[in-house]
Amino acid sequence: MAESKPITKNVDWMVVLIYIACLMIGWLNIYAAVYNPEAHTNMFDLSNNAGKQLMWIGTAALLIICILVIDYKFYETFSFVIYAVVIFLLVVVLFAGSNINGSRSWIKLGSFSLQPAEFSKLAVSLAISKYLSDPAISLNRKLKDYYPIMGIIALPAFLILLSNETGSMLVFASFAIVLYREGMPGFIPAIGMIGAALLIITLLFVKWYIAGAIIVIAGLVIWLMPVMTRRRGGLWATIIVAFVMIGIVFGVDFFMNNVLQKHQRGRIMVLLDPDSDPRGIGWNVIQSKIAIGSGGLWGKGFLQGTQTKFDFVPEQSTDFIFCTVGEEHGFLGTTIVVFLFVALISRLVVLAERQRSRFARVYGYCVAGIIFFHFLVNVGMTIGLMPVIGIPLPFFSYGGSSLWSFSVLLFIFLKIDAQRPFTLSRG
Amino acid sequence: MLESRRFVIIGFFALVGVIYLLRLFYLQVLDESYSIESSSNSIKRVTEIPFRGQIYDRYGKLIVYNTPVYDLLVTPNRVKMDDTLRFCQVLGIERHDFDSLMAAARAYSPVKPSLFLRQLSKEDFASIQDIMVDYSGFEFAKSSLRTYTAPTLANTLGYVSEITKGQLEKQEEPYYRQGDYIGQSGVERIYENELRGKRGTKFVMQNVAGVYKGPWKNGELDTMAVAGENLYTGLDLEVQQYADSLMVNKVGSVVAIEPKTGQIISMVSAPTYDPNILASRYFSKNFAALARNPYKPLFNRPVMASYRPGSTFKLIQALIGLQEGVITPSSGFTHANCPVGCHNHPATSTVALGVTHSCNPYFYNVFRRLIYKNNIKNTFKASAVGLDAWHDDIAKFGIGQRLGIDLPSEYKGNLPNKKYYDRFYGEYRWKFSNIYSLSIGEGELLITPLKMANVAAIIANRGYFYTPHVIHGIGDKKTVKPEFLERHETGVDAHNFEPVIEGMIGAVEAGTARRSRVEGITIAGKTGTSQNKRGDDHSIFIAFAPVEDPKIAIAVFVENAGAGGSAAAPIANLIIEKYLSRKVTNKALEERMMKLDLMSKVVLPTTKKPDDTETKKKTEEVKKPTGDPNDPANRLPGAPHPANPAAMRGPITLPKQNQQKRL
Repeated sequence: MAESKPITKNVDWMVVLIYIACLMIGWLNIYAAVYNPEAHTNMFDLSNNAGKQLMWIGTAALLIICILVIDYKFYETFSFVIYAVVIFLLVVVLFAGSNINGSRSWIKLGSFSLQPAEFSKLAVSLAISKYLSDPAISLNRKLKDYYPIMGIIALPAFLILLSNETGSMLVFASFAIVLYREGMPGFIPAIGMIGAALLIITLLFVKWYIAGAIIVIAGLVIWLMPVMTRRRGGLWATIIVAFVMIGIVFGVDFFMNNVLQKHQRGRIMVLLDPDSDPRGIGWNVIQSKIAIGSGGLWGKGFLQGTQTKFDFVPEQSTDFIFCTVGEEHGFLGTTIVVFLFVALISRLVVLAERQRSRFARVYGYCVAGIIFFHFLVNVGMTIGLMPVIGIPLPFFSYGGSSLWSFSVLLFIFLKIDAQRPFTLSRG
Repeated sequence: MLESRRFVIIGFFALVGVIYLLRLFYLQVLDESYSIESSSNSIKRVTEIPFRGQIYDRYGKLIVYNTPVYDLLVTPNRVKMDDTLRFCQVLGIERHDFDSLMAAARAYSPVKPSLFLRQLSKEDFASIQDIMVDYSGFEFAKSSLRTYTAPTLANTLGYVSEITKGQLEKQEEPYYRQGDYIGQSGVERIYENELRGKRGTKFVMQNVAGVYKGPWKNGELDTMAVAGENLYTGLDLEVQQYADSLMVNKVGSVVAIEPKTGQIISMVSAPTYDPNILASRYFSKNFAALARNPYKPLFNRPVMASYRPGSTFKLIQALIGLQEGVITPSSGFTHANCPVGCHNHPATSTVALGVTHSCNPYFYNVFRRLIYKNNIKNTFKASAVGLDAWHDDIAKFGIGQRLGIDLPSEYKGNLPNKKYYDRFYGEYRWKFSNIYSLSIGEGELLITPLKMANVAAIIANRGYFYTPHVIHGIGDKKTVKPEFLERHETGVDAHNFEPVIEGMIGAVEAGTARRSRVEGITIAGKTGTSQNKRGDDHSIFIAFAPVEDPKIAIAVFVENAGAGGSAAAPIANLIIEKYLSRKVTNKALEERMMKLDLMSKVVLPTTKKPDDTETKKKTEEVKKPTGDPNDPANRLPGAPHPANPAAMRGPITLPKQNQQKRL
């Protein structure tokens, strides 16, 4: 236990405190979500989600101790082994998984279920970090350096897609942040965002108007372009970009009708117009907004939420836990939660930047990116800014698999960070 | 250079945070439409249960409808009672009942409403509604009871009851909740989705005291309840009740089918019971009594009971023999060299005479020729090949198959093939001499009354049938399920039916069923005597009429009544006459059949008499209160005693006090 002293001294207490705050607030809200005023729900009773979550928190604490005790070099050395184990579990679950809510992605252990997809984030983060720790790899010059990364992400993504967990698969989009930091040209995420924006604009307006607007903008760009740029190919580049964009606009229809499944299409349409299907998919969004909106500035008070008591909001203690915060603690509560998350991920970025090894830095960005993506999508869907995608709010949502995977993800980074004084820089 | 990208990234995080905070500020603080007017108001979800669909007979007469009733709920903590005695008087209960009901409700939950008295009739409700205002803590909830216009068709229609725990857990989509009603058997179960309608949901606002404050959000999220779809049957209620009366004090079945469409005209499962007793607040007690009854009134015999077809099966043998060409209409057989016995009757020189006199050796020979039709020398192998060919021909008549009637638990029956006997004897270890009892409908053959009625319909149609079905119209458009409009062929040519039908006419005019013929109606019929290990033979008769233009095909099974001509044939012919001419001429026969009591001849499945201590224990178990206030068993004392079997013969009715008051 010679290392235990430096650990407690060097571990980043700010992150740990935010983590503990999130767990406590999350647990109290899970209790509020399952609370039944007529049955006197006990928050320590293992038969309800609040009691179970407390048990998950306890076991997460044990996991964290294990992580802090294990040598920090373990994670870098065995990153590909961990990756292989998780891939193996993902294959196993396809054949031996139990079916919960239509997706075959759970391994049943007695009365509790584990979801290997949750741990794929950790595995992919470690594998990407390990791969990028090679200083010879450069993301801004060589296209072929991207292929292994694509492979690392695509394999688990494909397996998760097979088990019908689209939400968990989308989380892999968060690795764009890491790649951007490590040198991916800025235009790639920019194109992605423009593509997404075009998708939404297309669904809102008449296609011909958008096509016209793109042509006008392209004309303006060409007109304003310096003559030299225009001669060097800027003219054609602009025209091609404009045509590609128009192509996307008209391709969206095809994409919406032929590529997406019916419920996914519905979720995007509802995002644009919740009233288009108020009884069906729109129900979740409307009810969630009502619950949050009814909280007002100060909220209705702990355990006083009424929207939640009649099961207006489905998945109250898991994916829609933010509604309970909004209803019972009002704008004050939601602001605190938003601040906690922004502070956590910003702090993680700062910590990542101070790492001496590239492995540690990349991994730190992975953790920040994953937590950010969950926050973005989960909170976004409860307030009607994102489509309904079933992914949990880290540290808040009920669920052992997600709590464990986020805790492990975070504390591996904290462990590596705590060992920073002993790490040799490798660039 | 790349390090500076961290500012872009942190900036992006912060931007999202700011956008979300702005959105939250808008939702929670600026936009008033989401906040509820007053924080003290709460929203309550009220579920509206629609009326179940009604069921009609073939002439549009109502068979099943709904009676509105009122459940009285109590919230123990809110009860303020000054004059308990008057309260008990008003409700017609004893003081100690009141105490035990309150205790049960309190044990369930002191703050949640629980059932106090179930299913009060409209009159009861009207008489106590005003007085109840004086007693706080009580409220009424409207519900409805299935009500039957006539005490008949109990097993065909089935019953509705509270959903069981197992059913709640097994449902595929979460539709039902605890306490919901669901069709448990018969038509009520098969057509549950059509009958149940669509539940409505209302969101209402209440203040802290639970006082109604109007609809929430002006009711824009409310949904209306939609009543279930009505069902139109092919049943003839009058004929049904007439058939019931003929089957009193007998164990057996009557199935009557309209051959041209496959609609069921009548379906008797005897002994039966009054369906109203399972739609009352005494469901648990009554159901327990029915379940304990040794004559199994809950067993839907027409589709579930298995019998050997006996001589009625000879009709199919003759048809297959003619179709396969092993006999001609003028083939004759004598009793010589035949291991099956026969009775004295005129020579059977044609197929028609063979049917008329139900000659056993005749059909022994037909079956022998069918089995050895092939050219294989080895008799073992020839039997195996012959039996499978025969099996496939017979199977087209629906024997050994599920017909697909719209009733639950249809029994498949048994039609042996090569594989079946191989299991007993080993491959090529058996031959015709081991299986010849099939020729006269005995042996390993098992059929249901429904199947034999269908065989009568096939013969009436000269070769085809429509799947027998109870419901011939769903909803206002009277949609018929497509599978009931599909014509099934048997592969026997129409001309081959004529000699068989001629024989069936002969059987009724001058043969085994001559004592029950009806003046003015040409009936083609065939008796059957089904051997069984327990007690006397079962009496079977299948028939159709009129021969020229068949309107009804019928099968009657009477257990332990002896030969087919003794009970089944008279009952069938009386029903045919009733259906075709709406009156019965042979009053003497009618009276004799109605009075015929065969219950003493029926041998019950449990040969061992249950010893007294065991029975006593069971009774105690049933009586033990469960403490569940929703259990009608805990409602009122004095529900019916487990009726003794003797009193349960015929339609089972209950002592007057338990009959539901009806409008």
